[in-house]
Formats: sequence, structure tokens, C-alpha cells
Amino acid sequence: MFGIPPQALFGQLLLGLINGAFYAMLSLGLAVIFGLLNIINFTHGAQYMLGAFVAWFLLQYGGVSYWGALLLAPLVIGAFGIVLERTMLRHLYQLDHLYGLLLTFGLALIIQGLFRNQFGSSGQPYPIPPALQGGQNLGFMFLPNYRAWVIVFSLVVCLTTWYVIERTKLGSYLRAATENPTLVQALGINVPRMITLTYGGGVGLAALAGVLAAPIYQVNPLMGADLIIVVFAVVVIGGLGSILGSIITGFTLGIVEGLTKVFYPEASNTVIFVLMTIVLLLKPAGLFGRTQ
Amino acid sequence: MRTQLLCIATAVLALAAGSAVAQISGNVVKIGVLNDQSSLYADITGQGSVVAARMAVEDFGGKVAGVPVEVVFADHQNKPDVGTSLARQWLERDGVDVIVDVPTSSVALAVNEVVRQLNGVLLNSGAASADLTGKACSPNTVHWTYDTWALANGTGKAVVQSGGDTWFFLTSDYAFGHALERDVSNVVKASGGKVLGAVRHPLNSADFSSFLLQAQGSKAKIIGLANAGGDTINSIKQAAEFGIGTGGQKLAGLLVFVTDVHALGLQAAQGLQLTEAFYWDLNDQTRAWSKRFAEKHGGKMPSMVQAGVYGAVLHYLKAVDQLKSDGDGKAVVAKMQEIPTNDPLFGQGTIRIDGRTIHPMYLFEVKAPHASKGPWDYYQLLHTIPAAEAFRPLDQGECPLVKQ
Repeated sequence: MFGIPPQALFGQLLLGLINGAFYAMLSLGLAVIFGLLNIINFTHGAQYMLGAFVAWFLLQYGGVSYWGALLLAPLVIGAFGIVLERTMLRHLYQLDHLYGLLLTFGLALIIQGLFRNQFGSSGQPYPIPPALQGGQNLGFMFLPNYRAWVIVFSLVVCLTTWYVIERTKLGSYLRAATENPTLVQALGINVPRMITLTYGGGVGLAALAGVLAAPIYQVNPLMGADLIIVVFAVVVIGGLGSILGSIITGFTLGIVEGLTKVFYPEASNTVIFVLMTIVLLLKPAGLFGRTQ
Repeated sequence: MRTQLLCIATAVLALAAGSAVAQISGNVVKIGVLNDQSSLYADITGQGSVVAARMAVEDFGGKVAGVPVEVVFADHQNKPDVGTSLARQWLERDGVDVIVDVPTSSVALAVNEVVRQLNGVLLNSGAASADLTGKACSPNTVHWTYDTWALANGTGKAVVQSGGDTWFFLTSDYAFGHALERDVSNVVKASGGKVLGAVRHPLNSADFSSFLLQAQGSKAKIIGLANAGGDTINSIKQAAEFGIGTGGQKLAGLLVFVTDVHALGLQAAQGLQLTEAFYWDLNDQTRAWSKRFAEKHGGKMPSMVQAGVYGAVLHYLKAVDQLKSDGDGKAVVAKMQEIPTNDPLFGQGTIRIDGRTIHPMYLFEVKAPHASKGPWDYYQLLHTIPAAEAFRPLDQGECPLVKQ
């Protein structure tokens, strides 16, 4: 097709899906935080980077393996997120979105600057865990085992998050609290604590994506800064605050980007923004968003 | 009235003549290090280049022609527009006399024009494009450390000679990548090899899997990485993940710095052949200098770009000292070309009329983890390319200054 053998195309589609998995996990966290807290969390990229760095610290100084880091890093960074929410973000809920955006953007710059100063810009190597080394020859491509693991794991995480928020009682409390916090509080539910934990959860998702990314990319102070802008575009295309929307858009845009890398690689860093512009012009609330 | 005017005119002339005697502008020689302080090339250039420039000033005695020397720096963010406006501001307003380093060929080529126009001096160490001493050569520019032709001539030739005769390029999509791909392609073809194709990726990409898959599909024996810094690190790392080495294809890192090898670790980088103009462990002088550098730079060893900043600044100060003047950029560069270069890092050499500094280049192979004695012990010297063969012959560069 278009001068490209169908086998090669299959490979590229699969790779796009894998990259989409990262977009989906990160935009999911952003969507949860925006949907429930009304905060545009610009520190998300820095928190993703912190997740990768915690994994690196654990391996380097604590001898904790990848699997341990997969559990510990989201907890550590989630706790860090909770501290941020309690000490800073909660003062901004009543104000315009812009204030939250500025605060989180400033925090991201500070965190990334500190890490760059300490660790340089080339990053630190993180090995692929022994159980996931090697790969399978699928006939049309060589699929590294680790990439296969990324796609399966992130799908499970995305769908679980979606299920918890859209299909469980806890999720219904959360959604109700965003619509009308006073009423929900009157029913005896501790809304501020729920919001704090939600932010911690969203941040934990970012850290989890960071741990997943560590063996593929360098553990690099700027890994999140490069990614966060794309992820915001994904969220805008999907519709701010829409959870299922951000998952589907994440995976779809990964594929679109992957195909661009084959047909017109020079544009692969821009194609998502072109799509964002088109979507904003035609459907300002995003593909899955509700107009209020 | 007429005599009055004459008096004023004489006074003005006298003043002008007076200022012509004190020829160090602003009574300070100001060196501006312009490079990437925050992104993918910051470890190769960045603060390390500032440290190297300061060391050159220190080793020269802190003063030149009786006036103090000052070092300032700025981040051009790898953007030509940011680079040119900083260069213009420095030269026109802030009294900077010489701009140093300037990695990222697209920025370097743009700054090159500003410096020519304002008659400043550009000592380039960080940028690779051989066009800086080719079509874009300038009487105000010295290209100190390396260039794409020298890299192609070193690594490219060695790889073809060891049997890697079919190539596919992974090219960074801007001036540098294009120049490197062009120069290596020429070497490959001249040595009887074939170029099967290329894919161009945007600068500062994170994921290379798609490009690597295309390179795999080309069935070329050699995948040439015409990129640098963080892009090269990620390409090499992900190539290992996709089993490129085990599939019979080999990577050729066309521009790999010692800081990249440090970031990758020997496990991933071992066996790579690469060309550099400098390595800290070449001889007693380079070891002594690099040890001093590392003490001032958080224990990190210098890259060849940072070493080049030292050599170029030292030579610049020598020229200004002899001229007793820093205002006329063309005159300073002419003086730099007139006196032979000599420093502990690059040895003795010359600067050609096209601005190219001539010194030996070295072909290294990255050691296997068990062969390395400790941190930063990464290279084994395969071959020294003598100065006379290391750079593009003067008549092949299409530099307009040469024809005159």
C-alpha cells in the first residue's frame, strides 16, 4: 500500500499503538485530575519524569528491581502529589483555571531545572528487567518483549481506572462531588479528602508511566517536558475531562503519529498539533467532550 | 565661525586618534559562550564549555594586552532565531568581542552571518556542518574542533573498509544531519559502497522504533546514525532493544561524544567505532588538563567540543595579545591564521584561510565493559588520522575566500 509493504505497515501500526499506550496513560491522569479537580496539571510531565527517576534511584542505591519500582514509585510520587495538593493546589480551586495552570507550570520548571542541574541532560541508563529481555519474531517485525508488556500493562491500567471511575460506587461519589460538592458533603462524605486522594491517584498514574518508560528511553530530566505538550494536545482532542475519550484518543493518536513516521517522517512531531487545530475548529469541546 | 569649526574638527580627529591607540574596546575583552544550556546538547557543550573558556582565560593569566578578560554565556535553545538575536545583542550592545562554541549547525550558520556582518569573531567548536568552512566560510570565523567531512572521513571510511558497504541513514532533519549524511554518502560511494536510503527524523525525538524498523527493512548492512546527543543515545539504546545487532546489521555512530557513551553505559555502547578530535586519556597533557576540568565540572570529563573551546579561546587570546586590539574581527582572525596553533590538547597546528583548524583526528572503538578500568575509561585508540588527511582539502570546499 502506498509503496510500503503491508508487513512493514503492520509493524508500524503496532509501534504506534505502543507509543499510544504512553499517551493514553498520561492523558488519563490529566483527564482524571481536570475532570474532578478542575486543575490543569502542568506538573504531570515532571511527575512522569520523577517516577522514572525514583525507579532509577531504587535500582541504583536500594537494589530494588523494576517490579518493586512499578509498585513503589507511584506510591512515593503519589504521596508527593498529595503534599502538593494539601499545601498549594487546594487554595486555587475557587479561582480561574489560569492560576492552577501557572502554579503547576512553575513547579514543573523548578523540578526539571533541579534535576537537570544535578543529573545533566543526557540522562541515566536503566536496563530492561531480565524477565522481559529479548523479543519475538512475528514474521512482519521483531517485537521486543518489553514493548509487548508495555501495551498489555497500560491497557489493563487504563481500563481499570475507567471502570473504577465510571462503574463503581467510589467513582460515582467522585463524579457527584465534582458536580455538587456541597450536596455530597451534606450526605456525609469527606469531599476534600476524596479530592486529595484523587490528585494523588492521578499523579501516581503519571509516575507509573514514568517507570514503564524508564527502560525504553533514558531516565532523563527532560523526558516529561518533551512529552507533556503532546499529551495536552491528546487531552484537548479527546475532550477535557473525558476519561474514555482520553484513552481512545491516546491510542489513536499514537497510531496516527506512527503512520506519519512512515509516510512523512519530517512531520511526525507536528501531526498531532495539526489534528488538534482541526478538531478545535470543528468540535471545540473535543471528540468526546460535552459542551457545557 | 570657520576657525571654530576647524577647531572642533581637529578636536574630534584628535579624540578619534586617541581612541585608536587604546584599541581594546571597552577596556575589557569579553568572551560570550553561546550554546545549548538546557536541552539535548547541554552535556556535550553547556556549562562545560563555559568552564573550558574560563580555564583558557586563567591559563593565559587572566589579562590580555593589559586589560581583564570576562566570560559570559547564554542559552540559544537550539533555535536559530534565538541564537542570532543573542549574538546581535552581544556584539552591538553588550560589548562582547568574540562568540564561542555555538553547537547546532542551523544556529551556527545563522550566527556566522551575523558575526560576519558586524565584524565580530566566531570561534566555533560545537557545530559540525562542514559548510561553515565551505560555501558559508567567513573571514570572521574559525572552525576549531571537528566537522562532518572529518567524521565521514574517519568513521565512514573505516566502516566501509571493514566490509560495511551498504548503508541506510537515520538522519536528524536539519542542517547538521543533512551535511553529515551528504559527506558520509560521498565517502561510502567513493569507497565502492552503496547507499540504500535514509529516513529523516525531527530534532530531539524520543522514540526511534519506527525509524529503526524502516532501517531494518532496508536490509542495509550498516545503519548510519547521522544525529547527535540525546537522539544518538536513544537510537543506540532502542536499536539494541529491537535486536538490530543480532540481526546481522551494524550501527555506525557518526557523531558520538564521550558524554554520550557515559550516558549509555558500556553495555549498550561497546564496539561502536567513532571519530573524535580529543579524548581525555590521549597523553599526559590531556590527562592533566582533563583532571583539572573534571574538578571544576562535577567530576565529568570534557567532551571534544569543550576541549575545543579551550584551545580556540587560548589561541584567540594569543592573537589579541600580539595585535593589542580586539575591535576588528577580521584582523583578529587573520592574526589567528598567521600564528601557528599550539596547546596541550590539540598539539601544534594551523588555521587555514577558510577558517578550518588543522590537527589530527582519532578513530576510537568503545571498550567492552570488562576491558574498562573504571568510570570514563571508555575508548581504545584504533588509528590516528594525521592532520594532513583529517580535513577536507582546501580546494574542495567551494569556499569563496580560497579562490581570491
